[in-house]
Amino acid sequence: MNTQFWLVQAFNGVSYGALLFLVGAGLSLIFGVMRIVNLSHGSYFLLGGYVALSVIATTGSWALSIPVAAIAIAMVGLVMERLFLRPEGQFVTIRDAMLALGIALIFRLWIGRVFPLMLPGATGAFIQAAVVVVILAIPVFLILRRISAVAIETDTLRQVLLTVGFAFLFQQAALDIWGGNNMDINPPPLLTQSVVFGGLFLPAYRVFMIAMAVIIGIVLWLVMEKTRMGAVVRATVDDAQMARGIGIDTNRVSMFIFALGAGMAALGGVIGGAFLGIYPGLDFEMLPLAFAVVIIGGMGSLGGAAIGALLVGLADNFGKALFPEISYFTLYAPMVLILAIKPTGLFGRE
Amino acid sequence: MTTQTIKIVAVAIAMVVLALLVPRSGNFVVLLATRAMTFAILAMSLDILLGFTGLASLGQAAYFGMGAYLAAILVAKYHVGLGWDFWLVVVLGILCGAALAAFFGLFAMRATGTYFLMITLALGQCIWGLAYRWSSMTGGDNGLNLGARPDFGLNLSDPIVYFYLVFAFFGASLLLLYLLVRSPFGLTLMGIRERELRMQILGYNTWLHKYVAFIIAGAFGGLSGVLWAYTNGIVTPETVVLTTSVDALLMTVLGGAGTLIGGAIGAAIVFGLREYLSTLVPWWQYVLGAIYVMTILYLPTGLMGIPARVRQYLRSNREQAKKKLVSVPS
Repeated sequence: MNTQFWLVQAFNGVSYGALLFLVGAGLSLIFGVMRIVNLSHGSYFLLGGYVALSVIATTGSWALSIPVAAIAIAMVGLVMERLFLRPEGQFVTIRDAMLALGIALIFRLWIGRVFPLMLPGATGAFIQAAVVVVILAIPVFLILRRISAVAIETDTLRQVLLTVGFAFLFQQAALDIWGGNNMDINPPPLLTQSVVFGGLFLPAYRVFMIAMAVIIGIVLWLVMEKTRMGAVVRATVDDAQMARGIGIDTNRVSMFIFALGAGMAALGGVIGGAFLGIYPGLDFEMLPLAFAVVIIGGMGSLGGAAIGALLVGLADNFGKALFPEISYFTLYAPMVLILAIKPTGLFGRE
Repeated sequence: MTTQTIKIVAVAIAMVVLALLVPRSGNFVVLLATRAMTFAILAMSLDILLGFTGLASLGQAAYFGMGAYLAAILVAKYHVGLGWDFWLVVVLGILCGAALAAFFGLFAMRATGTYFLMITLALGQCIWGLAYRWSSMTGGDNGLNLGARPDFGLNLSDPIVYFYLVFAFFGASLLLLYLLVRSPFGLTLMGIRERELRMQILGYNTWLHKYVAFIIAGAFGGLSGVLWAYTNGIVTPETVVLTTSVDALLMTVLGGAGTLIGGAIGAAIVFGLREYLSTLVPWWQYVLGAIYVMTILYLPTGLMGIPARVRQYLRSNREQAKKKLVSVPS
């Protein structure tokens, strides 16, 4: 173990930390603003990678896949937040209708075709199935309207189970759409070379990852600290009730932050997919790591997420290199200690 | 008869029916019921924390994994636990589950609410990390094989004999936990669940009560883990993964937290649907996801809470009808 070993490991740790920052920062902001513990955050990472794969397969452009995946998953997050996590007004009706349709669809798939095929051809069969689903959905919808749903904003346990439910739904949807094979995102050849830096051969892709995380981190920091929008978000993190009192639309803030967080996780999926691969189960592998970042850094703090990501990235890399048999233990045990000593994390506010 | 007596009689009848009917229903159902009952013990142990003490733990799989890996390591590496010493393994599993909970509880009890959830998640991940990476002890990703089940006069390789053994453990756990929650200790736990500060002012050492509840939950978690290892014959890191903890939470909430038997009902439903559907269709996970979402949004008190909700609904309807009658003459 010479200096080179330490330098290479440290570099790998920092670049992994850069990836973790993209996933953890969003999770941290979501918790800070909305007080929601989001266990489908790992799914956004995985779905982002899959969407990027589809974009690359159709257009052949890797550069295009990054914004498309981020925006697509941000939209998924937006819909989830509006309809399920904080539904208000007509969104409650839309949510009930969507759930009724989903349940009707499951029933239709389960019992198979109810009536003999009356419309010809594949399109006809599809239309008939759709009609049957809608008809099945109506009584379910009416029943759901009678049962008032529970507000989950104040109950962490319910948030956890609801978002886990979505994680399972996303997992199955990804399996149905993209299959169960391990797939790779291939970055352009320019980024697959090595960079020589001070006698060390560093993969250009990892340098790119660090640069990407630093740029995004700085932009986010500037937005949070220097703009009015950032001030509004910080006010909501500090005291949502007070923020509402002085006329801040916290509802819109939380919508925006949730979409941003989901989009950043998807971005992480695209970038990380190149060296982690994209496969079923990756979602629940990334999720605890993202939570480690958030907890070590403190929930709702951007700087904390950066430090937390760096620490987790380094701990993970050195743990695996130095004590392979207890490597994950060396990652999660400090997390326990920090929570036990300072529950709000190293940089969290009381 | 009070409602409580009716409930006890109903549970007893259901148990008798279970014991008589399942062994006649073929090997698939026997294995399914055995696994569901094993998991039901875990769900009930979690209910002590979640339903009776108000502590939502996201790391109950740690004690489950502790018991399972203890049994697997003893059998696969030291050839202990294939004869009469099966009972030794069970006792050790319970003790190790309790000991682990006693250690983890020192950390976990410092946090409340969301942070309790987070810290139990981290503790669970510690155990998962060890199971996954400590290959020389745990077999790493491949896990450990137990081979045949114990044989000590009772041949546990016979699925029906094993079913009755797990049934006995399940019944005993249900009875013990029921006696626990009915005891003054259990009532104190419920007081803490409702309002911890008031209990402190009344002079109860609430920390100690919660800590003991945590250890008891760990002990039963260890027991279910040992049984799980013998049921499946193989223990892998999948046993201690985060989703196992979440599954146990869902089963408890689905059945009804704070009812004890709710966890068993939840386990039966989740296992039944999962095993039944996964043989029929590849997309069974949609159903699982849908159960999560629907339970959380529309069944806040779980399946066991449905009768009370229906009664409440009918009562409010009657009251509205009465109001209408009164308001007509004016």
